Amino acid sequence: MGARARRRFISVLAGLAAAPMLPARLARAQQADPFAPLVRKITGGAALRAGRVTVDTPRLADNGHSVPLSVSVESPMTAADHVRSITLLSERNPRPLMATFHLDPAAGRAHVATRVRLNGSQRVLAIAQLSDGSWWSGDAEVEVTESACLDAT
Amino acid sequence: MVARVQLPAGAKAGEVIEVRITIQHPMETGFRFELGGTPVAKNVINSLLVRYNGAQIFRAEMGSGIAANPYLQFHTVAKESGEIEVAWVDDNGERGVEKAALVVTRA
Amino acid sequence: MPSRDALRLAAIVLTAAAGAAGGAEPQRPSPLKSGSEFVSQDLRRLQADDFANPGMLWVTRGAKLWSEPAGNGGQSCAACHGDAAKSMKGVAARYPRVDPAAARLVNLEDRINLCRERNQRAAPLERESGDLLALAAHVAHQSRGMPGAVSLDPQSRPGFERGRTLYETRIGQMNLACAHCHDRSWGKSLLGETISQGHGNAYPAYRLEWQSVGSLQRRIRACYYGLRAEMPPYGAQDLLDLELYLAVRAGGLPIETPGVRR
Repeated sequence: MGARARRRFISVLAGLAAAPMLPARLARAQQADPFAPLVRKITGGAALRAGRVTVDTPRLADNGHSVPLSVSVESPMTAADHVRSITLLSERNPRPLMATFHLDPAAGRAHVATRVRLNGSQRVLAIAQLSDGSWWSGDAEVEVTESACLDAT
Repeated sequence: MVARVQLPAGAKAGEVIEVRITIQHPMETGFRFELGGTPVAKNVINSLLVRYNGAQIFRAEMGSGIAANPYLQFHTVAKESGEIEVAWVDDNGERGVEKAALVVTRA
Repeated sequence: MPSRDALRLAAIVLTAAAGAAGGAEPQRPSPLKSGSEFVSQDLRRLQADDFANPGMLWVTRGAKLWSEPAGNGGQSCAACHGDAAKSMKGVAARYPRVDPAAARLVNLEDRINLCRERNQRAAPLERESGDLLALAAHVAHQSRGMPGAVSLDPQSRPGFERGRTLYETRIGQMNLACAHCHDRSWGKSLLGETISQGHGNAYPAYRLEWQSVGSLQRRIRACYYGLRAEMPPYGAQDLLDLELYLAVRAGGLPIETPGVRR
Protein backbone atom coordinates (compact mmCIF):
# COMPACT_ATOMS: atom_id res chain seq x y z
CA MET A 1 0.00 0.00 0.00
CA GLY A 2 1.36 3.45 -0.92
CA ALA A 3 2.02 6.08 1.76
CA ARG A 4 -0.95 8.23 0.70
CA ALA A 5 -3.33 5.27 0.66
CA ARG A 6 -2.04 4.20 4.05
CA ARG A 7 -2.66 7.67 5.50
CA ARG A 8 -6.17 7.69 4.07
CA PHE A 9 -6.83 4.19 5.45
CA ILE A 10 -5.66 5.26 8.91
CA SER A 11 -7.78 8.44 8.86
CA VAL A 12 -10.86 6.41 7.84
CA LEU A 13 -10.17 4.03 10.74
CA ALA A 14 -9.82 7.01 13.09
CA GLY A 15 -13.12 8.41 11.80
CA LEU A 16 -14.88 5.10 12.42
CA ALA A 17 -13.43 4.93 15.92
CA ALA A 18 -14.63 8.46 16.67
CA ALA A 19 -18.21 7.81 15.54
CA PRO A 20 -19.45 6.17 18.80
CA MET A 21 -18.17 9.15 20.74
CA LEU A 22 -20.82 11.50 19.36
CA PRO A 23 -22.52 13.39 22.21
CA ALA A 24 -25.51 11.45 23.54
CA ARG A 25 -27.98 14.09 22.40
CA LEU A 26 -26.71 14.10 18.83
CA ALA A 27 -26.70 10.32 18.80
CA ARG A 28 -30.26 10.27 20.10
CA ALA A 29 -31.40 12.74 17.48
CA GLN A 30 -30.00 10.47 14.84
CA GLN A 31 -32.03 7.54 16.23
CA ALA A 32 -35.77 7.20 15.61
CA ASP A 33 -37.95 9.45 17.80
CA PRO A 34 -39.15 7.11 20.60
CA PHE A 35 -42.46 8.96 20.80
CA ALA A 36 -43.27 8.65 17.09
CA PRO A 37 -45.29 5.40 17.00
CA LEU A 38 -47.48 6.34 19.97
CA VAL A 39 -47.95 9.90 18.72
CA ARG A 40 -49.01 8.57 15.31
CA LYS A 41 -51.58 6.36 17.02
CA ILE A 42 -52.94 9.28 19.05
CA THR A 43 -53.06 11.84 16.24
CA GLY A 44 -54.24 9.30 13.69
CA GLY A 45 -51.30 10.18 11.51
CA ALA A 46 -51.98 13.94 11.54
CA ALA A 47 -48.92 16.17 11.65
CA LEU A 48 -47.60 17.18 15.05
CA ARG A 49 -46.16 20.67 15.20
CA ALA A 50 -43.79 21.84 17.95
CA GLY A 51 -45.01 25.00 19.63
CA ARG A 52 -47.80 26.67 21.64
CA VAL A 53 -47.40 24.02 24.34
CA THR A 54 -45.23 24.70 27.37
CA VAL A 55 -44.31 21.91 29.79
CA ASP A 56 -43.24 23.12 33.21
CA THR A 57 -41.49 20.62 35.45
CA PRO A 58 -38.37 20.70 37.65
CA ARG A 59 -35.09 20.07 35.86
CA LEU A 60 -34.09 17.77 38.73
CA ALA A 61 -36.84 15.72 40.35
CA ASP A 62 -36.78 15.09 44.11
CA ASN A 63 -38.10 11.58 43.61
CA GLY A 64 -39.36 9.71 40.56
CA HIS A 65 -42.50 8.67 42.42
CA SER A 66 -43.94 12.16 42.33
CA VAL A 67 -42.81 14.90 39.96
CA PRO A 68 -44.88 18.08 39.60
CA LEU A 69 -45.79 18.76 35.99
CA SER A 70 -47.93 21.42 34.41
CA VAL A 71 -48.85 22.10 30.80
CA SER A 72 -49.93 25.41 29.32
CA VAL A 73 -51.28 25.85 25.79
CA GLU A 74 -51.58 29.26 24.13
CA SER A 75 -55.24 29.58 23.20
CA PRO A 76 -58.02 32.20 23.48
CA MET A 77 -60.31 29.37 24.71
CA THR A 78 -63.36 30.54 22.77
CA ALA A 79 -66.02 28.35 21.21
CA ALA A 80 -64.36 28.89 17.84
CA ASP A 81 -60.77 28.43 18.97
CA HIS A 82 -59.90 26.32 21.99
CA VAL A 83 -57.88 23.35 23.22
CA ARG A 84 -59.75 20.06 23.14
CA SER A 85 -57.27 17.84 24.90
CA ILE A 86 -53.80 17.63 26.39
CA THR A 87 -52.01 14.27 26.48
CA LEU A 88 -48.91 13.47 28.53
CA LEU A 89 -46.37 10.99 27.18
CA SER A 90 -43.32 9.52 28.86
CA GLU A 91 -40.16 8.46 27.09
CA ARG A 92 -39.07 5.80 29.56
CA ASN A 93 -42.04 4.68 31.64
CA PRO A 94 -43.32 1.12 31.19
CA ARG A 95 -46.61 2.69 30.10
CA PRO A 96 -45.74 5.73 27.96
CA LEU A 97 -49.27 7.16 27.88
CA MET A 98 -49.59 8.89 31.24
CA ALA A 99 -52.85 10.87 30.99
CA THR A 100 -55.24 12.71 28.72
CA PHE A 101 -57.10 15.79 29.91
CA HIS A 102 -60.20 16.90 28.04
CA LEU A 103 -61.07 20.59 28.16
CA ASP A 104 -63.76 22.72 26.61
CA PRO A 105 -64.10 26.45 25.93
CA ALA A 106 -65.60 26.90 29.41
CA ALA A 107 -62.12 26.25 30.82
CA GLY A 108 -61.13 29.84 30.19
CA ARG A 109 -57.48 28.88 30.30
CA ALA A 110 -55.71 25.86 28.81
CA HIS A 111 -53.53 24.99 31.78
CA VAL A 112 -53.44 21.72 33.69
CA ALA A 113 -51.17 20.68 36.55
CA THR A 114 -50.63 17.30 38.13
CA ARG A 115 -47.91 15.09 39.62
CA VAL A 116 -46.47 12.23 37.56
CA ARG A 117 -44.30 9.17 38.07
CA LEU A 118 -41.09 9.13 36.06
CA ASN A 119 -39.11 5.93 35.74
CA GLY A 120 -35.68 7.51 35.49
CA SER A 121 -34.30 10.54 33.70
CA GLN A 122 -36.18 11.19 30.50
CA ARG A 123 -38.05 13.54 28.22
CA VAL A 124 -41.75 14.21 28.81
CA LEU A 125 -43.91 15.16 25.82
CA ALA A 126 -47.23 16.98 25.98
CA ILE A 127 -49.40 17.03 22.88
CA ALA A 128 -52.47 19.20 22.55
CA GLN A 129 -55.30 18.95 20.06
CA LEU A 130 -56.96 22.21 19.13
CA SER A 131 -60.56 22.71 18.06
CA ASP A 132 -59.46 23.02 14.43
CA GLY A 133 -58.07 19.50 14.61
CA SER A 134 -54.41 20.54 14.62
CA TRP A 135 -51.89 18.96 16.98
CA TRP A 136 -49.16 20.86 18.83
CA SER A 137 -46.44 19.70 21.19
CA GLY A 138 -44.02 20.81 23.86
CA ASP A 139 -41.54 18.86 25.92
CA ALA A 140 -39.20 18.98 28.89
CA GLU A 141 -36.21 16.96 30.10
CA VAL A 142 -36.23 15.76 33.69
CA GLU A 143 -33.33 14.27 35.63
CA VAL A 144 -34.51 11.64 38.09
CA THR A 145 -31.91 10.26 40.47
CA GLU A 146 -31.87 7.36 42.89
CA SER A 147 -32.35 7.85 46.62
CA ALA A 148 -29.12 8.20 48.59
CA CYS A 149 -30.15 5.34 50.86
CA LEU A 150 -32.37 2.42 49.86
CA ASP A 151 -35.62 2.10 51.79
CA ALA A 152 -37.31 -1.27 52.14
CA THR A 153 -39.91 -0.25 54.69
CA MET B 1 -61.88 7.51 49.60
CA VAL B 2 -60.73 10.80 51.08
CA ALA B 3 -60.83 13.59 48.52
CA ARG B 4 -60.61 17.36 48.68
CA VAL B 5 -61.74 20.01 46.23
CA GLN B 6 -60.51 23.57 46.44
CA LEU B 7 -62.30 26.51 44.88
CA PRO B 8 -61.71 30.22 45.41
CA ALA B 9 -63.71 31.66 48.27
CA GLY B 10 -65.49 34.17 46.10
CA ALA B 11 -65.58 34.54 42.35
CA LYS B 12 -67.04 37.14 40.03
CA ALA B 13 -69.10 36.07 37.06
CA GLY B 14 -66.87 35.75 34.03
CA GLU B 15 -63.72 35.28 36.09
CA VAL B 16 -61.41 32.37 35.21
CA ILE B 17 -61.00 30.39 38.41
CA GLU B 18 -58.67 27.61 39.47
CA VAL B 19 -60.07 24.26 40.59
CA ARG B 20 -57.78 21.94 42.56
CA ILE B 21 -58.41 18.34 43.49
CA THR B 22 -56.53 15.80 45.63
CA ILE B 23 -57.63 12.21 46.19
CA GLN B 24 -56.12 9.69 48.58
CA HIS B 25 -55.45 6.70 46.32
CA PRO B 26 -52.34 4.53 45.94
CA MET B 27 -52.53 4.53 42.11
CA GLU B 28 -51.06 1.03 42.31
CA THR B 29 -48.95 0.48 39.19
CA GLY B 30 -49.12 -3.28 39.06
CA PHE B 31 -45.32 -3.44 38.89
CA ARG B 32 -44.75 -3.78 42.64
CA PHE B 33 -44.29 -6.99 44.59
CA GLU B 34 -45.09 -7.88 48.19
CA LEU B 35 -42.28 -9.11 50.44
CA GLY B 36 -43.14 -12.73 49.68
CA GLY B 37 -42.92 -12.15 45.94
CA THR B 38 -46.60 -11.92 45.08
CA PRO B 39 -47.39 -9.11 42.65
CA VAL B 40 -49.61 -6.26 43.82
CA ALA B 41 -52.47 -5.90 41.33
CA LYS B 42 -52.75 -2.73 39.27
CA ASN B 43 -55.39 -0.35 40.51
CA VAL B 44 -55.43 3.27 39.42
CA ILE B 45 -58.10 5.92 39.14
CA ASN B 46 -58.57 5.66 35.40
CA SER B 47 -61.34 8.17 34.81
CA LEU B 48 -62.37 11.43 36.47
CA LEU B 49 -65.17 13.80 35.51
CA VAL B 50 -65.91 17.28 36.80
CA ARG B 51 -69.33 18.89 36.44
CA TYR B 52 -70.34 22.45 37.18
CA ASN B 53 -74.07 22.67 37.87
CA GLY B 54 -74.43 19.47 35.91
CA ALA B 55 -72.41 20.50 32.86
CA GLN B 56 -69.10 18.72 32.20
CA ILE B 57 -66.17 21.12 32.43
CA PHE B 58 -63.20 18.75 32.70
CA ARG B 59 -62.41 15.10 32.11
CA ALA B 60 -59.24 13.16 32.83
CA GLU B 61 -58.16 9.71 31.69
CA MET B 62 -55.29 8.60 33.85
CA GLY B 63 -52.85 5.71 34.14
CA SER B 64 -50.12 4.50 36.47
CA GLY B 65 -47.98 7.39 35.25
CA ILE B 66 -49.94 9.71 37.51
CA ALA B 67 -48.41 9.84 40.98
CA ALA B 68 -50.08 8.28 44.03
CA ASN B 69 -52.60 10.47 45.83
CA PRO B 70 -53.35 12.25 42.57
CA TYR B 71 -53.34 16.01 42.36
CA LEU B 72 -55.14 17.84 39.56
CA GLN B 73 -55.41 21.53 38.83
CA PHE B 74 -57.35 23.10 35.97
CA HIS B 75 -59.48 26.15 35.23
CA THR B 76 -63.06 27.07 34.51
CA VAL B 77 -65.01 30.26 33.94
CA ALA B 78 -67.23 31.17 36.89
CA LYS B 79 -70.79 31.65 35.67
CA GLU B 80 -73.38 31.32 38.41
CA SER B 81 -73.27 30.02 41.97
CA GLY B 82 -73.72 26.34 42.32
CA GLU B 83 -71.97 23.06 42.75
CA ILE B 84 -68.75 21.61 41.40
CA GLU B 85 -68.96 17.83 41.45
CA VAL B 86 -65.92 15.58 40.99
CA ALA B 87 -66.58 11.90 40.25
CA TRP B 88 -64.04 9.20 39.58
CA VAL B 89 -63.66 5.44 39.22
CA ASP B 90 -60.67 3.14 39.63
CA ASP B 91 -59.69 -0.15 37.98
CA ASN B 92 -61.45 -2.08 40.77
CA GLY B 93 -64.68 -0.29 39.92
CA GLU B 94 -64.66 1.68 43.16
CA ARG B 95 -66.32 5.05 42.68
CA GLY B 96 -65.88 8.28 44.54
CA VAL B 97 -67.62 11.62 44.53
CA GLU B 98 -66.69 14.91 46.13
CA LYS B 99 -68.66 18.13 45.87
CA ALA B 100 -67.89 21.72 46.65
CA ALA B 101 -70.03 24.83 46.61
CA LEU B 102 -69.03 27.71 44.36
CA VAL B 103 -70.23 31.20 45.22
CA VAL B 104 -70.32 33.57 42.26
CA THR B 105 -71.25 37.21 42.52
CA ARG B 106 -72.31 39.41 39.67
CA ALA B 107 -69.31 41.33 38.30
CA MET C 1 -16.48 -3.02 43.61
CA PRO C 2 -18.33 -1.29 46.47
CA SER C 3 -21.45 0.62 45.48
CA ARG C 4 -21.36 4.39 45.21
CA ASP C 5 -23.26 5.00 48.42
CA ALA C 6 -20.99 2.55 50.28
CA LEU C 7 -17.99 4.59 49.18
CA ARG C 8 -19.69 7.81 50.22
CA LEU C 9 -20.52 6.49 53.66
CA ALA C 10 -17.00 5.10 54.01
CA ALA C 11 -15.71 8.62 53.35
CA ILE C 12 -17.90 9.91 56.17
CA VAL C 13 -16.48 7.20 58.45
CA LEU C 14 -12.93 8.26 57.68
CA THR C 15 -13.66 11.87 58.48
CA ALA C 16 -15.80 11.11 61.51
CA ALA C 17 -14.28 11.68 64.92
CA ALA C 18 -14.50 9.09 67.69
CA GLY C 19 -17.79 8.53 69.47
CA ALA C 20 -19.55 11.38 71.22
CA ALA C 21 -18.61 12.30 74.77
CA GLY C 22 -20.99 10.80 77.34
CA GLY C 23 -22.92 13.58 79.05
CA ALA C 24 -26.24 14.34 80.65
CA GLU C 25 -27.72 16.21 77.67
CA PRO C 26 -27.76 15.23 74.01
CA GLN C 27 -25.20 16.73 71.71
CA ARG C 28 -27.41 19.00 69.74
CA PRO C 29 -26.46 20.26 66.31
CA SER C 30 -26.04 24.00 66.24
CA PRO C 31 -27.88 25.82 64.85
CA LEU C 32 -30.87 23.51 65.14
CA LYS C 33 -32.45 23.09 61.69
CA SER C 34 -35.61 21.25 60.72
CA GLY C 35 -35.53 18.69 57.91
CA SER C 36 -37.38 21.27 55.82
CA GLU C 37 -34.14 23.17 55.44
CA PHE C 38 -32.47 20.19 53.76
CA VAL C 39 -35.07 19.48 51.07
CA SER C 40 -35.62 21.28 47.79
CA GLN C 41 -37.63 24.48 47.46
CA ASP C 42 -40.28 22.45 45.59
CA LEU C 43 -40.80 20.22 48.62
CA ARG C 44 -40.80 23.15 51.03
CA ARG C 45 -43.49 24.82 48.94
CA LEU C 46 -45.47 21.60 48.72
CA GLN C 47 -45.39 21.22 52.51
CA ALA C 48 -46.49 24.81 52.97
CA ASP C 49 -49.42 24.42 50.57
CA ASP C 50 -52.15 23.07 52.85
CA PHE C 51 -54.19 21.88 49.90
CA ALA C 52 -51.54 20.28 47.72
CA ASN C 53 -49.61 18.77 50.67
CA PRO C 54 -50.48 15.05 50.27
CA GLY C 55 -50.12 14.55 54.04
CA MET C 56 -53.19 16.70 54.53
CA LEU C 57 -55.27 13.87 53.03
CA TRP C 58 -54.32 11.84 56.11
CA VAL C 59 -55.11 14.78 58.39
CA THR C 60 -58.51 15.06 56.67
CA ARG C 61 -59.10 11.33 57.18
CA GLY C 62 -58.02 11.70 60.81
CA ALA C 63 -60.54 14.50 61.32
CA LYS C 64 -63.27 12.22 59.94
CA LEU C 65 -62.22 9.35 62.24
CA TRP C 66 -62.13 11.78 65.17
CA SER C 67 -65.87 12.22 64.86
CA GLU C 68 -66.75 8.60 64.14
CA PRO C 69 -68.10 6.38 66.95
CA ALA C 70 -65.74 3.56 67.87
CA GLY C 71 -65.74 0.56 70.17
CA ASN C 72 -68.37 -0.98 72.43
CA GLY C 73 -69.52 2.31 73.86
CA GLY C 74 -70.02 3.87 70.44
CA GLN C 75 -68.14 6.96 71.58
CA SER C 76 -66.10 9.03 69.15
CA CYS C 77 -62.91 10.87 70.13
CA ALA C 78 -64.97 14.04 69.81
CA ALA C 79 -67.46 12.83 72.42
CA CYS C 80 -64.84 13.36 75.14
CA HIS C 81 -62.34 15.69 73.51
CA GLY C 82 -64.63 17.95 71.52
CA ASP C 83 -62.90 20.12 68.96
CA ALA C 84 -59.41 18.68 68.39
CA ALA C 85 -58.07 22.10 67.45
CA LYS C 86 -58.61 23.14 71.06
CA SER C 87 -58.22 19.94 73.08
CA MET C 88 -55.23 18.50 71.20
CA LYS C 89 -53.29 21.75 70.92
CA GLY C 90 -49.80 21.15 72.33
CA VAL C 91 -50.36 17.44 72.99
CA ALA C 92 -48.11 15.99 70.28
CA ALA C 93 -45.30 18.34 71.35
CA ARG C 94 -45.02 16.46 74.66
CA TYR C 95 -44.61 12.96 73.25
CA PRO C 96 -42.98 10.45 73.75
CA ARG C 97 -43.59 10.36 77.46
CA VAL C 98 -44.27 7.84 80.25
CA ASP C 99 -47.96 7.08 80.55
CA PRO C 100 -48.75 6.99 84.29
CA ALA C 101 -51.39 4.25 84.13
CA ALA C 102 -49.45 2.01 81.74
CA ALA C 103 -46.19 2.88 83.59
CA ARG C 104 -44.17 2.74 80.38
CA LEU C 105 -42.83 4.99 77.69
CA VAL C 106 -45.34 5.62 74.89
CA ASN C 107 -45.37 7.66 71.70
CA LEU C 108 -48.39 9.50 70.29
CA GLU C 109 -49.67 6.51 68.31
CA ASP C 110 -49.43 4.31 71.44
CA ARG C 111 -51.30 6.91 73.47
CA ILE C 112 -54.11 7.05 70.90
CA ASN C 113 -54.44 3.27 71.09
CA LEU C 114 -54.41 3.35 74.92
CA CYS C 115 -57.27 5.85 74.79
CA ARG C 116 -59.19 3.62 72.39
CA GLU C 117 -58.77 0.58 74.66
CA ARG C 118 -59.47 2.35 77.95
CA ASN C 119 -62.10 4.91 77.10
CA GLN C 120 -63.73 3.72 73.88
CA ARG C 121 -63.44 0.00 74.64
CA ALA C 122 -62.23 -0.33 71.07
CA ALA C 123 -59.53 -2.59 69.68
CA PRO C 124 -56.17 -0.88 69.17
CA LEU C 125 -55.43 0.16 65.61
CA GLU C 126 -52.65 -1.79 63.90
CA ARG C 127 -49.23 -0.17 63.96
CA GLU C 128 -48.53 1.86 60.82
CA SER C 129 -52.10 1.32 59.59
CA GLY C 130 -53.78 4.04 57.54
CA ASP C 131 -56.28 4.83 60.28
CA LEU C 132 -53.71 5.10 63.06
CA LEU C 133 -51.48 7.30 60.90
CA ALA C 134 -54.48 9.46 60.02
CA LEU C 135 -55.44 9.98 63.68
CA ALA C 136 -51.83 10.62 64.71
CA ALA C 137 -51.37 13.07 61.82
CA HIS C 138 -54.60 14.85 62.75
CA VAL C 139 -53.65 15.13 66.42
CA ALA C 140 -50.05 16.17 65.75
CA HIS C 141 -51.24 18.71 63.19
CA GLN C 142 -53.03 20.55 65.98
CA SER C 143 -49.60 21.30 67.46
CA ARG C 144 -48.19 22.64 64.20
CA GLY C 145 -46.00 25.65 64.83
CA MET C 146 -45.56 24.88 68.53
CA PRO C 147 -42.07 24.05 69.79
CA GLY C 148 -41.33 20.45 70.67
CA ALA C 149 -41.50 20.29 74.47
CA VAL C 150 -40.62 16.79 75.63
CA SER C 151 -39.37 16.92 79.20
CA LEU C 152 -37.51 14.21 81.03
CA ASP C 153 -38.36 12.87 84.46
CA PRO C 154 -36.97 9.98 86.55
CA GLN C 155 -39.35 7.57 84.76
CA SER C 156 -38.32 8.56 81.25
CA ARG C 157 -34.59 9.02 81.97
CA PRO C 158 -33.65 5.35 81.41
CA GLY C 159 -35.33 5.35 77.99
CA PHE C 160 -33.58 8.58 77.09
CA GLU C 161 -30.17 7.14 78.07
CA ARG C 162 -30.86 3.95 76.11
CA GLY C 163 -31.88 6.09 73.14
CA ARG C 164 -28.70 8.13 73.35
CA THR C 165 -26.57 4.99 73.45
CA LEU C 166 -28.40 3.63 70.41
CA TYR C 167 -27.93 6.94 68.58
CA GLU C 168 -24.16 6.76 69.15
CA THR C 169 -23.67 3.03 68.46
CA ARG C 170 -22.40 1.80 65.11
CA ILE C 171 -24.74 -0.63 63.36
CA GLY C 172 -25.09 -2.56 60.15
CA GLN C 173 -22.77 -3.51 57.32
CA MET C 174 -22.02 0.18 56.91
CA ASN C 175 -20.93 0.18 60.56
CA LEU C 176 -22.17 3.69 61.24
CA ALA C 177 -24.07 5.35 64.05
CA CYS C 178 -26.86 7.92 63.62
CA ALA C 179 -24.39 10.46 64.98
CA HIS C 180 -21.99 10.02 62.07
CA CYS C 181 -24.46 11.37 59.54
CA HIS C 182 -26.80 13.52 61.59
CA ASP C 183 -24.42 15.10 64.10
CA ARG C 184 -21.14 15.19 62.19
CA SER C 185 -22.15 15.32 58.55
CA TRP C 186 -25.42 17.24 58.34
CA GLY C 187 -25.35 19.68 55.47
CA LYS C 188 -23.00 17.47 53.45
CA SER C 189 -24.06 15.69 50.28
CA LEU C 190 -24.90 12.02 50.03
CA LEU C 191 -25.35 11.30 46.32
CA GLY C 192 -27.95 13.88 45.24
CA GLU C 193 -29.27 14.55 48.71
CA THR C 194 -28.21 16.77 51.58
CA ILE C 195 -27.91 15.05 54.95
CA SER C 196 -30.33 16.47 57.52
CA GLN C 197 -29.89 16.73 61.28
CA GLY C 198 -32.29 13.82 61.76
CA HIS C 199 -35.16 15.49 63.64
CA GLY C 200 -38.64 14.03 63.84
CA ASN C 201 -40.59 17.26 64.23
CA ALA C 202 -42.45 16.84 60.93
CA TYR C 203 -43.70 13.33 61.56
CA PRO C 204 -46.04 11.62 60.73
CA ALA C 205 -44.87 12.87 57.35
CA TYR C 206 -45.61 12.23 53.67
CA ARG C 207 -42.53 10.76 52.10
CA LEU C 208 -42.41 10.70 48.29
CA GLU C 209 -40.39 7.47 48.50
CA TRP C 210 -43.25 5.83 50.44
CA GLN C 211 -46.02 7.40 48.33
CA SER C 212 -47.77 7.63 51.67
CA VAL C 213 -47.68 9.18 55.13
CA GLY C 214 -45.53 7.21 57.56
CA SER C 215 -44.46 7.39 61.19
CA LEU C 216 -41.12 8.40 62.64
CA GLN C 217 -40.56 4.73 63.50
CA ARG C 218 -40.88 3.90 59.81
CA ARG C 219 -38.34 6.58 58.99
CA ILE C 220 -35.90 5.27 61.57
CA ARG C 221 -36.39 1.74 60.23
CA ALA C 222 -35.54 3.08 56.78
CA CYS C 223 -32.26 4.39 58.18
CA TYR C 224 -31.48 0.96 59.64
CA TYR C 225 -32.08 -0.53 56.20
CA GLY C 226 -29.91 2.11 54.58
CA LEU C 227 -27.04 1.04 56.81
CA ARG C 228 -27.71 -2.61 55.96
CA ALA C 229 -28.72 -3.31 59.53
CA GLU C 230 -31.64 -5.47 60.62
CA MET C 231 -34.65 -3.26 61.13
CA PRO C 232 -36.28 -3.41 64.58
CA PRO C 233 -39.99 -4.29 64.28
CA TYR C 234 -42.60 -1.56 64.74
CA GLY C 235 -43.17 -0.96 68.43
CA ALA C 236 -39.71 -2.22 69.40
CA GLN C 237 -38.31 -0.65 72.56
CA ASP C 238 -35.22 0.46 70.63
CA LEU C 239 -37.34 2.52 68.23
CA LEU C 240 -39.30 4.07 71.08
CA ASP C 241 -36.14 4.95 73.02
CA LEU C 242 -34.69 6.52 69.89
CA GLU C 243 -37.89 8.53 69.38
CA LEU C 244 -37.55 9.89 72.91
CA TYR C 245 -33.90 10.77 72.45
CA LEU C 246 -34.63 12.46 69.12
CA ALA C 247 -37.54 14.42 70.57
CA VAL C 248 -35.44 15.82 73.41
CA ARG C 249 -32.61 16.55 70.98
CA ALA C 250 -35.01 18.40 68.68
CA GLY C 251 -36.58 20.31 71.55
CA GLY C 252 -37.61 23.79 70.53
CA LEU C 253 -38.03 23.01 66.85
CA PRO C 254 -41.63 23.68 65.80
CA ILE C 255 -43.90 20.75 65.00
CA GLU C 256 -44.54 20.67 61.23
CA THR C 257 -46.90 17.73 60.85
CA PRO C 258 -47.70 16.77 58.16
CA GLY C 259 -44.20 17.26 56.74
CA VAL C 260 -43.30 16.47 53.13
CA ARG C 261 -39.99 14.72 52.58
CA ARG C 262 -38.20 12.89 49.78
